[in-house]
Amino acid sequence: MSSYMERSATVKSVAAAMNKQVFANKIEKSGEFRKEYQMKGSKIATLEDAIIKSGLKDGMTISFHHHFRGGDKVVNMVVGKLAEMGFKNLTIAASSLSDVHAPLIEHIRNGVVTGISTSGLRGELAEEISRGLLKEPVVFRSHGGRGGAVMSGELHIDVAFLGASSCDPAGNASGYSRSENAKSICGALGYAIPDSMMADKVVIITDDLVEYPNIPNAISEDDVDYVVLVDSVGDSSKISSGAIRDTKNPRDILLAQMAAKVIINGGYFQDGFSIQTGSGGASLAAVKYIRESMIEKGIHASYALGGITAHMVKMHEEGLIHRLIDVQSFDRVAAESIKTNLLHKGVGANEYASTAEGSAVHYLDMVILSALEVDVNFNVNVLVGSNGVIRGAVGGHPDTAAESALSIVVCPLMRGRIPCVVKEVTTLVTPGSTVDVIVTEYGIAVNPRRPELAERLRKAGLEIVDIHELQRLAYDYVGEPDPLPFGDKVVGVVLNRDGSVQDVIMNILD
Amino acid sequence: MEIKNAVAGTLESGDIMIQIAPAEKEGLHIDLDSTVAAQFGRQIRAVIEETLTGMGVTDAEIKATDKGARDCTIRARVTAAAVRATGVDVWES
Repeated sequence: MSSYMERSATVKSVAAAMNKQVFANKIEKSGEFRKEYQMKGSKIATLEDAIIKSGLKDGMTISFHHHFRGGDKVVNMVVGKLAEMGFKNLTIAASSLSDVHAPLIEHIRNGVVTGISTSGLRGELAEEISRGLLKEPVVFRSHGGRGGAVMSGELHIDVAFLGASSCDPAGNASGYSRSENAKSICGALGYAIPDSMMADKVVIITDDLVEYPNIPNAISEDDVDYVVLVDSVGDSSKISSGAIRDTKNPRDILLAQMAAKVIINGGYFQDGFSIQTGSGGASLAAVKYIRESMIEKGIHASYALGGITAHMVKMHEEGLIHRLIDVQSFDRVAAESIKTNLLHKGVGANEYASTAEGSAVHYLDMVILSALEVDVNFNVNVLVGSNGVIRGAVGGHPDTAAESALSIVVCPLMRGRIPCVVKEVTTLVTPGSTVDVIVTEYGIAVNPRRPELAERLRKAGLEIVDIHELQRLAYDYVGEPDPLPFGDKVVGVVLNRDGSVQDVIMNILD
Repeated sequence: MEIKNAVAGTLESGDIMIQIAPAEKEGLHIDLDSTVAAQFGRQIRAVIEETLTGMGVTDAEIKATDKGARDCTIRARVTAAAVRATGVDVWES
């Protein structure tokens, strides 16, 4: 039995015993140069072929990320194709939806889309849904809540359609491209990562099919089933939507100075602190003052989390912030930075903000957040407008508020005639139990849960006011708003990041 | 009181544009278009009515295009429009 030919009978009987086939030796090997060979890879498909091969059926759940924000082209492209192919009854599990997704209205009317889960809704689609367009309520989750729900399987995705600015034939995908043919850039791909890991089938849609190996990659080939090359996945110029402009609005500057004082005197402004800030005018301006104080006092931050912006990148490059952890690059500079800065790391939404030990928010010292409205119990609404129409996003608001040592919500007392400090928020998005400080241009309110914090701020010379005073002041200026004309149909469900039902949004009547 | 066509205010955020025209029938007829109608429409109408009544204007067509003006602004714009419409200068007297 020294020859394998002699052992063939034994091989056959062992194979039979193991319930396996006998090796047939019919391997066809290609001698083609691998640069050309890889481009004929079995994962490369047209969008239609990828949809057919994915096994997508009526009634299934498809997912999308929103890293191109208002410039996204993937959702409309894919759902348009699905409609054309005759699919019905699909549920869209998007990380967020915005103005640009108004074409979904027709797909909902035609029965192509019958369910939506998302972090946010804006524009016409939000308006229609607020008036009762969808039979089933939209399910709203925070970014961390969604990441966690995808990872645990609570939010099951049948097929994920994930836009990427580069992808190789094996499926290694990234939010930027190093090739000469780069057409788009979105930076971090954090909201796509859990979907890529957990969806039954993953289709990468890219506008730059690059050579293997496309590293470093955000999404791994192991998780990818199909790669589709298209003309454009998104308009990168619409990522930042002007968020990076330094504000000249005097009220925003005042709010920023006050927020910076809370940061600097709140007790956590020590060497090695961690911080997250939003992309709003006041939040960005606050970073400027924080930076000055860091330089003056010789304090360095361990990491900044985000939603990374150009300001954070600058401070990282200056050596003031050691590391950047980025789930979603908020502007072009941040998107470029993740490509060039070694210590600027992209993370998945679960790693960013889920309830799991070790998510980045878990070790966050301070966060500056904005709000549509806050109430006397420190509850925050960032989702439903003062006219009762959905017009925002849950985002990472409840995640960062809940997990940080010090959460600061910056909110003007009024916007025009709309009071922003109210008796009760229209929709409960971030529970007051997780909000520590509310900064308005008429004063700073500290949650009664945090008397030690109020004491520290008072000692630093800041005037602390009762949140009820702020609410009364707002109503004195603009009058008490009449109740909104809500109907009795539930059009939205707001889930807490732990998966429990926290609030519902009713349809708005004319 | 004789009413001529008159306008005051702008369409800027935080302002209200008031257009006054002679009455087609008795009473004040307010056509309100407001960005904050759901929460403040009732109060805006009340302020317009009060201001006009206080100036002796009882019959007029009023078109109000509101961009979230506060009551003080609404009073100022309605007063200015009424002064222009009636020729009665309330600031002089």
